[in-house]
Amino acid sequence: MKKRAILLVVYLVFILLPIYWMLNMSFKENEEITGLFSLWPKHFTWANYAIIFGDSSWYSGYINSLIYVGINMVVSVTVALPAAYAFSRFRFLGDKHMFFWLLTNRMAPPAVFLLPFFQFYSTIGLMDTHIGVALAHMLFNVPLAVWILEGFMSGVPKELDETAYVDGSSFPRFFVRVFIPLIRAGIGVTAFFCFMFSWVELLLARTLTSVDAKPIVATMTRTVSAAGMDWGVLAAAGALTLIPGAILIWFVRNYIAKGFAMGRV
Amino acid sequence: MPKTVNNKAWLLVLPVFLCVAFSAIVPLMTVVNYSVQDVLGPDQRVWVGVEWFKSTLRDPELHSALYRQLEFSVLVLIIEVTLGVGVALLLPAKGRLASLCLVIVALPLLIPWNVVGTIWQIFGRGDIGLGGVAINALGIDYNYTAKAFDAWLTVLVMDVWHWTPLVAVLAYAGLRAIPDAFYQAAKIDGASAWSVFRYIQLPKLRGVLMIAVLLRFMDSFMIYTEPFVLTGGGPGDATTFLSQYLTTLAVGRFDVGPAAAFSLIYFLIIMLFCFGFYTVSQNVGKGDAK
Repeated sequence: MKKRAILLVVYLVFILLPIYWMLNMSFKENEEITGLFSLWPKHFTWANYAIIFGDSSWYSGYINSLIYVGINMVVSVTVALPAAYAFSRFRFLGDKHMFFWLLTNRMAPPAVFLLPFFQFYSTIGLMDTHIGVALAHMLFNVPLAVWILEGFMSGVPKELDETAYVDGSSFPRFFVRVFIPLIRAGIGVTAFFCFMFSWVELLLARTLTSVDAKPIVATMTRTVSAAGMDWGVLAAAGALTLIPGAILIWFVRNYIAKGFAMGRV
Repeated sequence: MPKTVNNKAWLLVLPVFLCVAFSAIVPLMTVVNYSVQDVLGPDQRVWVGVEWFKSTLRDPELHSALYRQLEFSVLVLIIEVTLGVGVALLLPAKGRLASLCLVIVALPLLIPWNVVGTIWQIFGRGDIGLGGVAINALGIDYNYTAKAFDAWLTVLVMDVWHWTPLVAVLAYAGLRAIPDAFYQAAKIDGASAWSVFRYIQLPKLRGVLMIAVLLRFMDSFMIYTEPFVLTGGGPGDATTFLSQYLTTLAVGRFDVGPAAAFSLIYFLIIMLFCFGFYTVSQNVGKGDAK
């Protein structure tokens, strides 16, 4: 038992060290970051955080990111719910092909697709809007959401659906009142994954925005200037990106700890 | 579980289809369009047929990038899946400590990819980074900006740091879904820890591991942002993976046609691997479930 605890602590330290180094940097001045090696800040400063909270072009990045990630998460889960139900309960024309086609959308290498994306979104007037980025991110989040939810739904016995029909409730009523509460855990986990992949994505979000919907990940690249990198502010901004996700995982931790096996058996 | 045939189920799938097709089809068709033309200017295009595909398949730089990519992806998969399952087995099952560990383990997943690159860029520096200084203090001459192998290793360790948590979280959830009765039965039979793992835990993890392996394969095969920020593909071409090379082609040299042909081939390679894996794992599953 002791050996296991030691191994686990070693792994957790491995996870935390680079994050500690980022936090450490965020409380230092730039001269100290690039000039000398110190395990903790010699001249402790909040200045880097003050820059972010004092400048609307910085903090609006967080707000923009949260808006499009939020839209993406809600819409992805909402459209994925009925589809995942269809895949887990029925056979229909082309179901397997459809399922695989959905997955292939996660596999397109971004570099070359960025230009057509840019052209397409400018043509239909979705450039630099939160909805535009949310829609683009659905390309990889909706298939994932369908996939994960389908796994959870397959774990619910089919007899349950039939009992509900016999009782005379209509399908939408059964789905919302009975079925969705049963797979609450699955929805929580799915929402977490949608949030995560949308939150950390850089290339599409940066290409499709310029000012009004500019996400924090793109704002951060601004710290590279003629005067050199502003490492302290970059580290502070990075540290702040951890917070929303950490809060979310704290909420879904119980669902994860309850367990899910996924897949049809 | 037998499923009923019901083509009306399409109505339930339709919203998903529309959402995904909206962003998928037009850009894909544009790329296909580029791949058969020579784009000289905004209005000057020449039909070249499959010329770009032929030249791309013969490109020696592509071959070396593909080889480097495959080697990297396979290594990353082996390390991350083993380590991830290992960590999931080590994590405590219940209580506040479990919650805390779970949040810590998930932290690297929530950091934007360019920040991950930046953290490791500083962390690995031999003069001011904790990681680099520590390794040098052990007497190993380590410098990721100058030595090809060190750079490659740094990208590998960074990817393991970044993505093992995904496997660990999924595997942890899979393990928690196994009813206690299974373990009790194993105890009565006097099964060893290894056989509990091999015959109870591993088969039950099949579903979540399939998601983990497929996601990791796709994403590691398209890895771009992190090595770009960390090493910029260098030194030399030690860390120039496929998408890095593709971006140089598309953005750096403005060769839209060849780049489009390249990305379609790239797309097909990923799809083939995933299809193969998907089919094999479905069949293996049938064997297990009996």
